[in-house]
Amino acid sequence: MRSFAYDRPATMDRAVALLSGGQAMPLAGGMTLLPTMKLRLSAPEALVDLSSVPELKGISSDGKTLTIGAMTRHIDVARAPEVTKAIPGLARLAGRIGDPQVRNRGTLGGSLANNDPAADYPAAALGLGATLITSKREIAADDFFRGMFETALEPGELLTAVRFPIPRAAGYAKFPHPASRFALVGVFVARFADGVRVAVTGAGPGVFRCPPLEARLAEDFVPEAVAGYAADPKTLNSDIHAEAAFRAHLIGVMARRAVAAALQPTAA
Amino acid sequence: MSQIVGSQIVGIGASPLRKEDLRFVSGRGHYVADIKRPGMTAGVFLRSPHAHARLKSIDSAVAQAMPGVLAVFTGADLKAANVGGLPCGWGITGKDGKPMKEPPHPPLAQEKVRHVGDAVAFVVAETAEQARSAAEAIVVDYDMLPAVSGVLEALRPGAPAVFDEIPGNLCCDWELGDAAATEQAFAKAAHVAHVSLVNNRLIGNPMEPRAAVAEHEPTTGQYTLWTTSQFPHVVRLLMGNMVLGIPQHKLRVVAPDVGGGFGVKQFHYAEEAVVTWAAAKVGRPVKWVCERSEGFISDAHGRDHVTEAELALDEKGKFLAIRVKTLANMGGYLSTFGPNIPTNLYAPLLSGVYTIPAIYCEVKVVFTNTVPVDAYRGAGRPEATFVVERLVDIAAMEMGIDKADIRRRNMIPKEAYPYQTPVIVQYDSGDPAGCLAGAVEAADVAGFAARKQASLAKGKLRGLGFSTYIEACGLAPSRIAGRLGARGGLYESATVRVHPTGHVTVLIGTHNHGQGHETTFAQIVSEKLGVPFANVDIVFGDTDKVQFGMGTYGSRSLAVGGSALARASDKVITKGKKIAAHLLEADEQDVDFSAGVFSIAGTDRKKTFEEVALAAYVPHDYPLEILEPGLEEQAYYDPVNFTYPGGAHIAEVEIDPETGVVTLLNYTAVDDVGTVINPMIVEGQLHGGIAQGIGQALFENCVYDDDTGQLLSGSFMDYCMPRADTVPSMKISTHSTICTHTPLGSKGCGEVGTIGSPAAVTNAVVDALAHLGITHIDMPASPNRIWRLIQNAMLGRAAE
Ligand SMILES: Cc1cc2nc3c(=O)[nH]c(=O)nc-3n(C[C@H](O)[C@H](O)[C@H](O)COP(=O)(O)OP(=O)(O)OC[C@H]3O[C@@H](n4cnc5c(N)ncnc54)[C@H](O)[C@@H]3O)c2cc1C
Repeated sequence: MRSFAYDRPATMDRAVALLSGGQAMPLAGGMTLLPTMKLRLSAPEALVDLSSVPELKGISSDGKTLTIGAMTRHIDVARAPEVTKAIPGLARLAGRIGDPQVRNRGTLGGSLANNDPAADYPAAALGLGATLITSKREIAADDFFRGMFETALEPGELLTAVRFPIPRAAGYAKFPHPASRFALVGVFVARFADGVRVAVTGAGPGVFRCPPLEARLAEDFVPEAVAGYAADPKTLNSDIHAEAAFRAHLIGVMARRAVAAALQPTAA
Repeated sequence: MSQIVGSQIVGIGASPLRKEDLRFVSGRGHYVADIKRPGMTAGVFLRSPHAHARLKSIDSAVAQAMPGVLAVFTGADLKAANVGGLPCGWGITGKDGKPMKEPPHPPLAQEKVRHVGDAVAFVVAETAEQARSAAEAIVVDYDMLPAVSGVLEALRPGAPAVFDEIPGNLCCDWELGDAAATEQAFAKAAHVAHVSLVNNRLIGNPMEPRAAVAEHEPTTGQYTLWTTSQFPHVVRLLMGNMVLGIPQHKLRVVAPDVGGGFGVKQFHYAEEAVVTWAAAKVGRPVKWVCERSEGFISDAHGRDHVTEAELALDEKGKFLAIRVKTLANMGGYLSTFGPNIPTNLYAPLLSGVYTIPAIYCEVKVVFTNTVPVDAYRGAGRPEATFVVERLVDIAAMEMGIDKADIRRRNMIPKEAYPYQTPVIVQYDSGDPAGCLAGAVEAADVAGFAARKQASLAKGKLRGLGFSTYIEACGLAPSRIAGRLGARGGLYESATVRVHPTGHVTVLIGTHNHGQGHETTFAQIVSEKLGVPFANVDIVFGDTDKVQFGMGTYGSRSLAVGGSALARASDKVITKGKKIAAHLLEADEQDVDFSAGVFSIAGTDRKKTFEEVALAAYVPHDYPLEILEPGLEEQAYYDPVNFTYPGGAHIAEVEIDPETGVVTLLNYTAVDDVGTVINPMIVEGQLHGGIAQGIGQALFENCVYDDDTGQLLSGSFMDYCMPRADTVPSMKISTHSTICTHTPLGSKGCGEVGTIGSPAAVTNAVVDALAHLGITHIDMPASPNRIWRLIQNAMLGRAAE
């Protein structure tokens, strides 16, 4: 790790000001940023620790949407009654990220800003059609994720909160990568009054929606509706853990399990 | 838990809590990375990012001038200083009677780099971060060469030559057994079972990464090296004598607490030599601590075989012969034991626990552009067991014989021991059928059919896998090892130092890095000398304290080191009897010794062990004319044979056919480890060993890119270790026969778990898939592999 300056601002304005030069990076849970710094893959001149900015914390619901502050830890999303009541599928997703240490440090904002192509939260944000609230604007999830580790965030722009529409039903199924336990394939399904959204993570170069599955499930939101579905492997990842055809197959299997989970939110 | 008090005798067969754990679980262990010396500097290695390249030039001018930098050393500096290459401890001989090819192994690369991670330069600076920054500033001009990482590719005509002087990359073409007799047996076989398999390459990943600290005292010429080693005396011998030219009495090697070894730390590594040499050059202590990602590309790897094997059977399923052809990957250099592992520690085990009249094995030992391959827990014996036990299962499936039955039919009967195999080794004792019977019972094999049905009803496939195996450990009889190419002896030494108070310090040449020696060895002394358990301490890991030793590997610590300790304890008793005889005015022959008391049979005259010890050091009333004062005895024990632990393992798995995920439901092990000193520790060793075997069977895989020689599994994000939630609770028990030639009757238990389990788990996976016509799956049995096999089997069916 190279040496760096460190700041822990107490207000949003101060945080934004510190980040405005473009040389500093925001530090959330540090679960991704610190290892990359130790490996010298990243060497920011300064870190702006977001842990004392009050505006970035908290979970609230207005009955139609659920808003979660960027600095909310995975463990808190997994346990908060507001979340388990409104979107139990989201709470379950958060409760299965990494291990207890990671869940006690890692944050929603850090995960989304990082946009690891195998991370779980991007599937929830895209699958639920969330709105990402930043220090400058609001961005629809459909516009936020820009492929591997790329997002619509501009330099110095802070993700402050995420507003999730509350669906009629939502579920997530993840086939964990055997070594990292990120998603080898993860599928998030959400059913709204006006349709169904399906988002897939881990399988391709970034999280993506799956229109054929959305169409099938819009007709009939039952596990059988996706039976036999396999994605086109051509655009999917292939590596030492899974060939593209296996990932394509798993998308169908995980979609089915996600629908089953959505329909039985109390099970599992 | 049983209440065992240290003030009592705690002898053989008891399970006291481990003495060393208080220090380990309270964070008071003292590891190499904890060492701080006055004026200590930090060293960092610059490693090759390429698998194969010619070193055109190394420009370190910028690096040398960077803040805090004290020196930058390259291969050229070592060459100019006449630093030698790293020696190989075994020289094997090929079919043609010629010695193996033994190319030089410079501690820092010269002329060429031969694997990703090959060390190119060493930077010494005030801090590790400064050294790292300077290493990044070194400009190396590489002339890239095509690389080869797999054995099949390396042997192909026209393959890139890892060493220019060894076109074809063949280190040695080795054989064992009777080719003609094997040929004849196959000619009259009623059935031949065949398997082509890959024994996957593994990375040991001990919890503590390697590290070294060295210092030099110019006024005396004394060097000290603290290193993460399983065998400090051997490092002193190899490094002092053959690499750096430091006289043995001027070199102290200390291996303090070491956080796991598994073989990875039983080699003399380049880093040890470079750090020691650099400490003298810069005139200050130097510390190097390996990073985890650096460990992936510089710790010796394990396994990596490609094998074709056949088993010949008669019409009743009796084994007639076994024939094996193996290509073994050595990597880019010969590591300390490298060529010994896939040859001498492999082929002699191909008889398994069976009577197989004819055996023939050929091994081609091959250089590639990968990290050197050497011993990893089990070393050669898991590979042999995997070949034999896979063949046995395939034969059973093809001939329609029950898998336990075919094993029983061919096992060496208990009465037939000692049993001479056709491949060098003579098993002294064993009862494989007894182990199997115990395991069949404990695993409830009778209830398996019903459990399989229940799984099927849930859409899951259930399988049961057997592995009845044997291994050779307690390395090793020096005479036999010498005939097989060992360049050193393989005895062990122990000193029992009785203090005037009767307290005992043991100085032993083995090294405890998780095995519990501080407990088990104290039990041996407590039992032998009748002294309280708490009054015995075990000292190891320091060449200035311990007389000599070959260290800990090959499950040898108890079988060889414990034997030396037993012998030295006996010598203490012998001398104690002489002293007691004098004090009690009796004949030495009339003195009995038991539970810490010397007594004269038929009288009430006695002296305690403490009284005798005191007399030895305060010899006012002492037979000084015929006996020296003091009570300290030493023994060097060289075994007469290997020891042969073995056993029966049964794995039960359930497979989700939709995703290929294997769940290991039950694991049963019944092992024959000879006399058990501490049942709790034996269970722990088995548990850990089995977990590692499960890792190989289901998860771990070291993968190189075929074209570039880049390591694709270079971190825990891609290299999958077994974890608490993927390893089941196990049923572990022992069914021991006593080793006939070690003083305590012990055989060893450090590696058995890792040797028996990969075959048991793989056989269970194949059993679950057998209805699809699947007869083999390579390790690790990953979800993708299983799914692919099922897909292919179903496509095959559809095409029929
Ligand atoms: C062992 C391990 C296992 C894991 N397993 C999983 C898993 O199974 N599934 C999964 O999804 N994830 C997993 N993760 C990732 C983890 O869940 C974290 O979510 C992730 O590391 C990022 O969150 P963080 O809060 O730690 O962010 P940090 O590491 O602090 O930051 C990540 C990046 O986001 C930027 N950033 C942080 N906050 C903001 C913000 N508010 N606005 C703008 N930019 C910001 C930082 O500058 C940095 O570039 C794992 C991580 C580890 C170490």
